[in-house]
Amino acid sequence: MLDHLPILQVIVPLLAAPACLLLNKPRISWLFACFAAVISLLISAALLNQVQHSGVISYMLGGWEAPWGIEYRIDLLSAYVLLIVSAIGTIVLLAANTGIRNEIDEDKQSLFYVLYLLCMAGLLGIVATGDIFNVFVFLEISSLATYALVAFGRDRRALLTAYQYLIVGTIGATFLLMGIGLLYSLTGTLNMQDIANRLPLVSETSTAYTAFVFMIVGVALKLALFPLHLWLPNTYTYAPSIVTAFLAATATKVAIYLLIRLHFSIFGDDFGGGVIQTVFIALGLLSVFVASTVAIKQPNIKRLFAYSSVAQIGYMIIGIGIGTSLGLQGTLLHLFNHALMKGALFLALAAVVYRIGSTDRACFNGLAKHMPWTMAAVVIAGLSLIGVPLTVGFISKWYLVLASLQSGLWPVALLIVIGSLLAVYYVWTLVESAYFGKADPSLNSASSPPIKEAPLGLLIPLWILVLANVYFGIDTRLPLEASAQAANMLMGAGQ
Amino acid sequence: MNLSAEMLIQLIILLPLAAAAGVLVMHRHPNIREAISLTIAVSVFILVYTLYQQIISGQTAMVTWTTILPGLSISFKTEALSVLFALIASFLWIVTTLYAIGYMRSHEEQNQTRFYTFFAISIAAVMAIAFSENLFTLFIFYEVLTLATYPLVTHAGTEKAQQGGRTYLRILLGTSIVFFLPALIGTWAIAGNLSFTVGGVFADDTPSLWLAVLLVMFVFGIGKAAMMPFHRWLPAAMVAPTPVSALLHAVAVVKAGVFTLMKTVVFIFGMDNVGELITTDFLLYLAAFTILASSLIAMRQDNLKARLAYSTISQLAYISLGVLLATEAGLIGSSMHIAMHAFGKITLFFCAGAILVVSHKTEISQMAGLGRKMPITMIAFFIASLSIIGLPPTGGSWSKYYLLLGTLETEHWVLMAVLMISSLLNIAYLLPIPIRGFFPGKQATSQAGDAPEKIQEAPLPALIAIIITTLGCLVLFFYPQPLFELAKMVGVAS
Repeated sequence: MLDHLPILQVIVPLLAAPACLLLNKPRISWLFACFAAVISLLISAALLNQVQHSGVISYMLGGWEAPWGIEYRIDLLSAYVLLIVSAIGTIVLLAANTGIRNEIDEDKQSLFYVLYLLCMAGLLGIVATGDIFNVFVFLEISSLATYALVAFGRDRRALLTAYQYLIVGTIGATFLLMGIGLLYSLTGTLNMQDIANRLPLVSETSTAYTAFVFMIVGVALKLALFPLHLWLPNTYTYAPSIVTAFLAATATKVAIYLLIRLHFSIFGDDFGGGVIQTVFIALGLLSVFVASTVAIKQPNIKRLFAYSSVAQIGYMIIGIGIGTSLGLQGTLLHLFNHALMKGALFLALAAVVYRIGSTDRACFNGLAKHMPWTMAAVVIAGLSLIGVPLTVGFISKWYLVLASLQSGLWPVALLIVIGSLLAVYYVWTLVESAYFGKADPSLNSASSPPIKEAPLGLLIPLWILVLANVYFGIDTRLPLEASAQAANMLMGAGQ
Repeated sequence: MNLSAEMLIQLIILLPLAAAAGVLVMHRHPNIREAISLTIAVSVFILVYTLYQQIISGQTAMVTWTTILPGLSISFKTEALSVLFALIASFLWIVTTLYAIGYMRSHEEQNQTRFYTFFAISIAAVMAIAFSENLFTLFIFYEVLTLATYPLVTHAGTEKAQQGGRTYLRILLGTSIVFFLPALIGTWAIAGNLSFTVGGVFADDTPSLWLAVLLVMFVFGIGKAAMMPFHRWLPAAMVAPTPVSALLHAVAVVKAGVFTLMKTVVFIFGMDNVGELITTDFLLYLAAFTILASSLIAMRQDNLKARLAYSTISQLAYISLGVLLATEAGLIGSSMHIAMHAFGKITLFFCAGAILVVSHKTEISQMAGLGRKMPITMIAFFIASLSIIGLPPTGGSWSKYYLLLGTLETEHWVLMAVLMISSLLNIAYLLPIPIRGFFPGKQATSQAGDAPEKIQEAPLPALIAIIITTLGCLVLFFYPQPLFELAKMVGVAS
């Protein structure tokens, strides 16, 4: 049984999805989905433990030897990302029962869980597999599920957004697929390990370069790297809040994982003479500044944090661009930490939507009086977003700054710090209106019932994430150790 | 009972938190609630005093709570300056609690439990700041102190209080995130070490330009030291109840600011380094400007608490100036001024609160002739004013003497002149209050004359508190040795 953990990680949510469809009762589907998610969380924890103690796990699907069969390969990096995805996926799912009650029609709620599990299975599959075509397949599974999830949004614009996202996502996937095709024509294999071994022989060919560029562009679209980020704000804004929390905390993280995998494990970090590193740093910084500046002006808070996500992705890309073990560790830490903080923030927004039905800035005026716990969560997660000590945000920013200083890139370090100040600004304006703003009397008139605190079904998962933000900011051993090992492994592989 | 020094430090930090919890639990029984505050305040002071005896005999101790990243830990350590600061803060906590009992009850303040709870949490933060072993720990509790005092500033809950609280948070959090935190990260990046080390943490070959920039960032980032142009939070915080203004915004919070500055200059940069940096002169003259400008502003304030607030800004700049002189005399003067100003200013605030409670007057122009009604309060006000000005027989004369000596030694004639002029300004804005209190002009007599003069002092606990701190001002003139020795240890250690 333990030998089969790598495939079970993907199979459990994948099979649970149609089972949910058969159950077809929202509450039971939810319980069942939670059950499946918890199991996959346990599996990923077991996998990380196993990898840390006994090294890379290689699993042959159906007993067929690689490269003929499909290999599932769990190394430190994939185990680490699997844990993030399944943990956040599970916590967000716990909140889903309450969270979608007001946002999705009752008869469609079972379908929601089906799609949610499918999406999760797809994301886990991308990370678990060692076969590059398999990556594409899982990417499509998760993407298709995502399009449908986004379309659940109550706002009619959700449909258009889902359609836009579908077009952009498909273009991205197509780029990736073309890249895979080119690589296959060069190396004659789809197993990532094999490709990495054979690629150095043909790395100077224009085909290899083309494949590299296609794949990077494809992945960059998926992870919303500036200037390919335009699909993300709409998607996050109009999707149901629970979906936004899930996507923000997991989907982009998996795309980052894919980028790291391609860049470090397959092509090697010195591919193309390091030009791409400079490009990454430049685009990362642009992401941070453009997206943060745009975020400041947003009248809709969900959109504000969507732009902030683009900015945070920028930080992760900077870490990759720095290209040292320390920089990569910063990226991996931020992967984990950003999942925690954005998961918490979007769940808090889900609570606001649940009570008020909107995330317009005006709704937040004086909201702290009515929803103290939710707003306290926003404050703590916001501090984490800024990078204040004792929260996780501090740890990853610290590593990114140190990494850039260590590589002599002190302007980059300076810009990272200045970028955080923009976050200070947009978080503060939100906190200010929640705590000091005056509620608009028309929103809380005598005829409508007073706004109450969010129900426990949302508050508990929300506070699990908030406390995790603080806990891992103080006891940093788990993410620090795992990310350091993963970063060292990747850098070792690249040299 | 024989407690180890490690245990003592932790108790000193944790006991105020226990007080906060006790106050919360006992919120229905005001007498027990206040008894808890008072008992714990006294025990904390005794513990700090035990530490003081140990440090005099040359023992130090260190304790680490948790290590967040390699080399980055939350740890505490005893050291002369820490003990000095903790002694003052814990002693004045007792007195202020006493005062608060009288003040809060007779002023019929709402939410007294919340008040005492956050008060105790603030003290815990102050103690943690005092004993921080490294800049990182200090930074964390510095922020905790800002957040814990915020509910105290907005205690009244009025529009004005909210406004004041906003300014308070904005400036204190803003400066610390914009300047302090980046400076901290920069220090770590350059030196790889944030522990307070005798002689500083920077290697000798560190480019002095970097240090110069960092020093400016630290001075601006430590907003609690209220160096201009980041001083506005302090007058804004005056909307708080008087005991808060007295202990926190004349002693604990602002002294935490200058304490942080001293720690940074002495143990992060090292005094020798600071003296040579190109930005030091700029900062010295900025401090001098702050001294003069805020004294001038203070003269124009009619609201007593606002006048005292600007006077505090000016006196804090004295301390910053003494530190930045980077000489032994300057450092001794600054360390002693932390104590002297604390006793003087807290007395002045206590008096302001007593006047408010008894006669409901907040403006200075209304206070003429008040000395006949509240003679003890006005005498206390007079003595404390002398201490702030720096005249014998009050403690303030010693610290001002050393500060002057510091400017003389370094031949900063302009700064010396500034200190002298400022003392004159102090006389001009402080002494008229008690003088007109006892000798009102003819006009004022006719105004106040319609009510028969009867002696009516503040409630007894508050009055006792006023007398204790006033005596403190006097005692520190005749027996400054313990303070002086502690201050000297700070100077020698570097």
